Amino acid sequence: MSGGEQVAAPSRAMEIEAQAAMWLRRKAFWDWTAQEQAELDAWLKEASAHRVAFWRLNAAITRTERLSALRGAESDEQTKKKSRFLPLIIRASAVLAIVCVIGAVGRSYYRNSLTEDYQTPVGGREVINLGDGSRVELNTDTVLRTNVRAGVRSAELVRGEAYFQIRHDTAHPFVVEADGHRVVDLGTEFLVRDDLGHLEVTLVEGRARIDTKTGGSVVLKPGDVASVIADKISMTQKPQAILANQLGWRSGVLIFKYTTLADAASEFNRYNSKKLVIADQASARRTIVGTFPVDDVTAFTDVVQDVMRLHVANRGDEIVISR
Amino acid sequence: MAETPETERKNAGETPADLLAPEVEAWFVHEVLPLEAALMQFLEHNWRNRNDIADLRQDVYERVCDAAHKEIPASAKAFVFRVARNLLIDRVRKEHVVPIEAMADLDALEVAIDMPGPEHNVIARDELRRLQAALDRLPPRCREALVLGRIEGLTGRQIAQRMSVTEQAVSIHIDHAIRALANVLYGDPADIRRKS
Repeated sequence: MSGGEQVAAPSRAMEIEAQAAMWLRRKAFWDWTAQEQAELDAWLKEASAHRVAFWRLNAAITRTERLSALRGAESDEQTKKKSRFLPLIIRASAVLAIVCVIGAVGRSYYRNSLTEDYQTPVGGREVINLGDGSRVELNTDTVLRTNVRAGVRSAELVRGEAYFQIRHDTAHPFVVEADGHRVVDLGTEFLVRDDLGHLEVTLVEGRARIDTKTGGSVVLKPGDVASVIADKISMTQKPQAILANQLGWRSGVLIFKYTTLADAASEFNRYNSKKLVIADQASARRTIVGTFPVDDVTAFTDVVQDVMRLHVANRGDEIVISR
Repeated sequence: MAETPETERKNAGETPADLLAPEVEAWFVHEVLPLEAALMQFLEHNWRNRNDIADLRQDVYERVCDAAHKEIPASAKAFVFRVARNLLIDRVRKEHVVPIEAMADLDALEVAIDMPGPEHNVIARDELRRLQAALDRLPPRCREALVLGRIEGLTGRQIAQRMSVTEQAVSIHIDHAIRALANVLYGDPADIRRKS
């Protein structure tokens, strides 16, 4: 589009592009029904020319989502509220946890406050309110040993994954041990996952420090993900949207965004005794987008079968996916 | 190099049901679209009739994605430009159009392939600047409709009220804005890039 107007008689490709724009506009700016989605899907399936046109325009319009950041800079209360949505939820629940503890469970925990063991089975999920106002959510197949009493606040993640909302106390920092490494809270919400010698700590809010058993140390900011493998720490930053996906289990769902089937299957396998097996490399590399209840493998295999056109075979305690 | 164009088996008969395969869309969006500026440059360089360029581009995308449904190519860049070249050869043969001198000029192809993808390694701030610049290049009414919808989160109906125009007019503005935005973001980001 170098300055001039577009060509006179619209070509076939440009007609398709106009249709794609129409779909996209209806989807993004007007009420959108399941019926319309079905019509759009049918249109997309009709021709690859339809798909590429739609994908291209959709990609462009999706990028404008980022512009809400500019809005924030112009300090518009409305959008600010929207962009802070996730942290707000988390903060609100932290407050809630504190209230609950003081009201109900608090005292009983203080009474027999040596170590307590908590365990969730495969597929289980549990929320523990610790005596100090902190709250821990255990994910599937997790063992946590807590030790919270006057002057001591620690927990050992023996295996599995847990989300910690720690009530900060500068005098008595909360310490989570996993694999011999220590995560020290500096005012914090974080996620610790111990996956067979691979420790992953994700900081959601506040600050925390990891001290490895070999003396390494690193301080995390929100969004930081620290992986500790063989005593080596590597750090990455995750955008909030990805963090939200990773925390999907807290509301009982797994969220996949272009996740390979291999990774999706191993996520499901953490929650279910009936294990998914991907038989070949090509299938394992295919990717999937979607949100599934953690305990509903069938919803997942239905998509794999009907949408991705892979074979799904039920074999006793295994479900085998193949080309 | 063999001259036979590998036709990309257009309409190869079987219509697999995973046509909406998200991995193909993801690959297309993340690997192919960022090459659009270079692709357009390549097509413009090698094809006389400028009015055909957008069509040719869409043809390339179509072929590329059909192939990706079978297997995602290892190098998007090499693949896209090979398909583009073959497409031009096909067109020259089928339509008996005058072959263009640059057609045989493989140097041009190499140059295009070596161009760094403009979208790679874009840090967030660059992306925002680019989007802002892209918006600035849209016609004012289109931009206004798009901004109200995408940034302020208004529905079509609310946009119509805010802009004091009919809903149909809003539709026209938005459709145009969407298409222009894609062109500016992918096809013609040249002057945005140069500012950096």
